[in-house]
Amino acid sequence: MGMTIVEKIFARASGQKRVAPGDLAVVNVDVAVMLDSTFHPNSRRRILKLQDPEKIVVIYDHMVPAPDKLSAEGQAYGRAFVKKFGIKRFHDVGPDQGIGHAVIADRAYALPGGVLICADSHTCASGAFNCAARGVGSPDMLGAITTGKTWFKVAPTVRYDFHGKLKPGVSAKDVFLYLAGTYGHHTNQNVEFGGPALATLSINARRTLATMGAELSAEFATFEPDQILLDYVRERNSAPFEEQYPDADASYADRRRVDLDKLEVLVALPDSVIQNSVPVGQVGKVKIDQAFIGSCANGTLDDLAEAARVVNGKRVAPGVRFLVTPGTQATFIAALKAGYIQTLMEAGAVVTPATCGACFGGHMGVLGPNETCVTASTRNFKGRMGDPSARIFMASPATVAASAIAGHLIHADEIA
Amino acid sequence: MIRAKVWTFGDHINTDLMLPGDMLFASEEEQKRVVFRANRPGWVDEVRPGDIIVGGLNYGMGSSRPAARSLRNVGVGAVLADSINGLFFRNAVNFGLIALEVPGVRAAFEEGQTAEVSLEDMTVLNRASGVTLKALPIPKMLLDLMLSGGIYPHLEQQGYIEPNRDRPPPAP
Ligand code: SF4
Repeated sequence: MGMTIVEKIFARASGQKRVAPGDLAVVNVDVAVMLDSTFHPNSRRRILKLQDPEKIVVIYDHMVPAPDKLSAEGQAYGRAFVKKFGIKRFHDVGPDQGIGHAVIADRAYALPGGVLICADSHTCASGAFNCAARGVGSPDMLGAITTGKTWFKVAPTVRYDFHGKLKPGVSAKDVFLYLAGTYGHHTNQNVEFGGPALATLSINARRTLATMGAELSAEFATFEPDQILLDYVRERNSAPFEEQYPDADASYADRRRVDLDKLEVLVALPDSVIQNSVPVGQVGKVKIDQAFIGSCANGTLDDLAEAARVVNGKRVAPGVRFLVTPGTQATFIAALKAGYIQTLMEAGAVVTPATCGACFGGHMGVLGPNETCVTASTRNFKGRMGDPSARIFMASPATVAASAIAGHLIHADEIA
Repeated sequence: MIRAKVWTFGDHINTDLMLPGDMLFASEEEQKRVVFRANRPGWVDEVRPGDIIVGGLNYGMGSSRPAARSLRNVGVGAVLADSINGLFFRNAVNFGLIALEVPGVRAAFEEGQTAEVSLEDMTVLNRASGVTLKALPIPKMLLDLMLSGGIYPHLEQQGYIEPNRDRPPPAP
């Protein structure tokens, strides 16, 4: 019996011929990404040895630029750490700044066939690059950077095969909302994406889907490699890699066909995305206070382009705060050059520097009591973006942008 | 053998509920005060050391934040759930919080009943109803880590991290 993509990666990384669901794989970690939270005075530990500084990337993203004294102190501590151990790949506040998973994508730090970990649940974002990437806890990170190893329980894999092509206006976020709405959670399962229509999904679209694998509660969310991916990686990173394809006789817990052309624009209702999606036309006239586009899932250039297309020449409804956070400063500049930022700002959007910011209710866009927000980010848990009484609807960047213009939840076609 | 009162929770209890985002960078002591603030205000004042949480499907879904540490600091003796999110489980192992996947456990207990957990047999008994359930096995390496207080003591002993925190949290 053959292996799935992550099983093949685990086998290589643990020096075994094969692994199967139920096994525990102790693997060598190729890349470990440390975030600013690692150095926060209330959570850090003093690290005495590193297994290999070359395998470490340090990215400041959750609280940047530092909004308070404790974050500032932690970030200064981290800079000293980076210097002490000679870590070369460091993304501080500045031109290289960005949300960790988006920076990893920009620079192709996650290599096909590799193992990448980070103490953040959306690390599965790098599964778009055919990488076994998963979020771990901060203690796992300490273990991995000091010993070079970590462990994974090998879970069964659900395979999704894409067919057809998305209709205009339907995005990768809608594909996710369809999967979460239809199939629910994937606890203790991996998901694997591929199929004949893979080439119709851009790298950015794949990133959105892989990132949202965390919201399916999947262990790993991994894409099959194709020429588009291999070209993307080779343009950005000269390091050697060995991409992994699933075996033809790989054993899957389930194999599901997704007809992209049949999908429509969806919205997840507040508090959960699990079996909670409805067509945007069916939510009724929900008035909003805030509309947010950003995060590691939806701060890509494609997302900003889509938002700009929708709001072009229009004006944000009075009383609505429309916040847009590009995933990285590099994406910000690209969007600036393409004219998207100007279009968004002329429509009334507030464009922030690249940061996690509003996505986790950290800073720059925290919700107050009883407010309603529609977000193109990763999570709509109760209290996620601020006050627990706030309601958070989740949708695609196009739907969020259109709702900012209308002042209530609406399909982008209806304001065109 | 762990024998304690049970608190029941539903499916998909997420880590934001156990450790709210705005408290992510607070001290452990402050974090301990806000467990289940949004869904069950006041719970931290009622729970007693050793009490057991019984959850439904996908317990601990969501963020990588050290929610397991907050439960341990509150004094939770064990988390039993129909299924446990993989990331929460990692944190439970690493912070030394006993967390077992016990299919059927949510339906087998009412709040306030007593659960008897045997780690030797990996079983859970509800003496009131007489129902015994089997927990899913945990690889030995991970169970040893979970029961020996998590990963920190090991990393300290091996000289990878400094034994003392840079800034110790106030004593509980
Ligand atoms: S953007 Fe949001 S989901 Fe992504 S890493 Fe930051 S806080 Fe987490």
